[in-house]
Amino acid sequence: MSALLSIENLVKHYPGVKAVNGVSFELGQGVCFGLLGPNGAGKTTTVEMLEGIVTPTSGQVLYRGKALGQRFRNEAGIMFQSTALQDYISVYETLTLFRRLYPVSLPLEELIETCSLGEFLERDTRRLSGGQRQRLLLAIALVNNPHIVFLDEPTTGLDPQARHNFWELVRRIREDGKAILLTTHYMEEAYMLCDEVAIMDRGQIIALDTPQALLAAHYNDAVLQLPEDDFTGNGDDVAATVLRHDGKVEILTSDVEATIRRLIELHVPLQGLNIRPRTLEDLFLELTGKELRG
Amino acid sequence: MPIKTARFLAIFTTRNKEFWRDRSALAWNILFPALVVLGFGFAFSGDRPNLYKVAVVEQGGATPALEFENTEYIRFLPVSDVQAAVTKVDRHQLDMLLDPAAQRYWINDTSPSGYILERVLHATGGADYTRETVSGRETRYIDWLIPGVLSMNMMFSALFGVGFVIVRYRKNGVLKRLKATPLTAFEFLSAQVMSRLWLILFTTTAVFIGSDLIIGFSMFGSYLDLFLVFTLGSICMISLSLLIAARVSSEELAGGLLNLISWPMMFLSGVWFSLEGLHPWVQKLAQVFPLTHLINASRAIMIDGAGLMDVASDIVVLVLMTLVLLAIGAWSFRWQ
Repeated sequence: MSALLSIENLVKHYPGVKAVNGVSFELGQGVCFGLLGPNGAGKTTTVEMLEGIVTPTSGQVLYRGKALGQRFRNEAGIMFQSTALQDYISVYETLTLFRRLYPVSLPLEELIETCSLGEFLERDTRRLSGGQRQRLLLAIALVNNPHIVFLDEPTTGLDPQARHNFWELVRRIREDGKAILLTTHYMEEAYMLCDEVAIMDRGQIIALDTPQALLAAHYNDAVLQLPEDDFTGNGDDVAATVLRHDGKVEILTSDVEATIRRLIELHVPLQGLNIRPRTLEDLFLELTGKELRG
Repeated sequence: MPIKTARFLAIFTTRNKEFWRDRSALAWNILFPALVVLGFGFAFSGDRPNLYKVAVVEQGGATPALEFENTEYIRFLPVSDVQAAVTKVDRHQLDMLLDPAAQRYWINDTSPSGYILERVLHATGGADYTRETVSGRETRYIDWLIPGVLSMNMMFSALFGVGFVIVRYRKNGVLKRLKATPLTAFEFLSAQVMSRLWLILFTTTAVFIGSDLIIGFSMFGSYLDLFLVFTLGSICMISLSLLIAARVSSEELAGGLLNLISWPMMFLSGVWFSLEGLHPWVQKLAQVFPLTHLINASRAIMIDGAGLMDVASDIVVLVLMTLVLLAIGAWSFRWQ
């Protein structure tokens, strides 16, 4: 698979801050690549360098083997983390504006259909709900029928239903064969949508693979969850790691059956028992720590 | 630099829609200049202010001062160009011209102020001075004021309508979004300039016609010449605002800078009063302001019936200023 986008040792320093410090990876055609990391990890700076918005301190970004240029501008679709649109302009007019900025553009009807914009086409963009606005911004990112799409935390602030609707749109884009670079801090989103993920922290990539391979490489256990009051013992009681948070007890074990047998021996009520596999969220927290870093 | 018409028009039309649908901005841009013109029109449509201006030809050697020159409530202005001063007496911009060395004075036959000053002169040591008269038509204060007020409104519309909007676009991320498209900075800036230019010309024309119908004012030159001067002046002001907006991303800072530029221009470019009699350094400073040249040229066309060649020096300065400001503004422009 030839790389559509090649990132080589990308560095961005601001006075007193190393925002990005030696990031390298490749993005192939038709691949959805997730860039994960806590706040301040350097995700947005990295993505903005890939988009050509921010100039790197060193390193390079190649699109189809060449430095970013007019072809990249014509073939890239970008959805920023936050974007203001011009006031007093309707959804329809906004789409028309952006279509006219590109030499090639998707038919308006197709955009409207793809992003489900039909119900509020004549509405002023200032009067859109969060989900409607994100769908419009996605439509703008798709207006030039891009070969590569950048989505920077596209579902932040959306309610669960709007988020699931948005995921459906992203799946459709991926099925069209477009490469997607997605940044998010929703691990479920990355797991559901991404073929590959990179976890960033302190300006560097600290893990990079498919979600399944990352989990397989780091975990061979599962998580047994119980209400905190139902199990007051410790790790030695069940020969496993025990974590307590948010009113729950989590028992991390590689032998689920043996642990359950031990819980029965200890007369622990199992009505509230929940067994789940390890997730990217577990891995993310383990690799980056739980605290938010500014 | 090549410009894609479709992209230019996309930005141009969108900016126009944004402006016309923003009722508060629309009202400000049309009602404010109309109110200013009408307000001053009614305020000064009667007699001109009771202020006497006497130009005194500068002397090479020492000439005893006339008692006349000590008269209170008369403003004495030193001049060196006698012919230019005579013209101003002719147009009622000066009430009298006095040449003590030659013992001559000039007044306008039709000027009541000239008549009064002549009586005072005769009573205060100038009885034997030779009388020279001119008889040009009177230029009312409102006739003199209108070109300045129209030009000033153009200045405010250009500075705040382009500079402030671009800074707002930069601050809220509109520019960043546009940067991610094939749109070039040149296309974007050109569309902003043209959008505001046509708006300024439209509102100025509307205010000009409306005010003329209501209060009436002098227009002795060519409407086409005036339109060309207004167009050039607007482009120059817009270029100045592009320079301010090239990098600033704070609306507060932009507002401060725009005020810093517009207020001195408003007071020192000859909108409200003639620069005659001001300190020579202030007069020199005024020449740096594009508004001064816009007002000079438009006032000459409207009041004196001047042609483009007559105001060529102001036009050349405006063209040069425009080119320099545009070049620096475009060179220093940053999307973010």
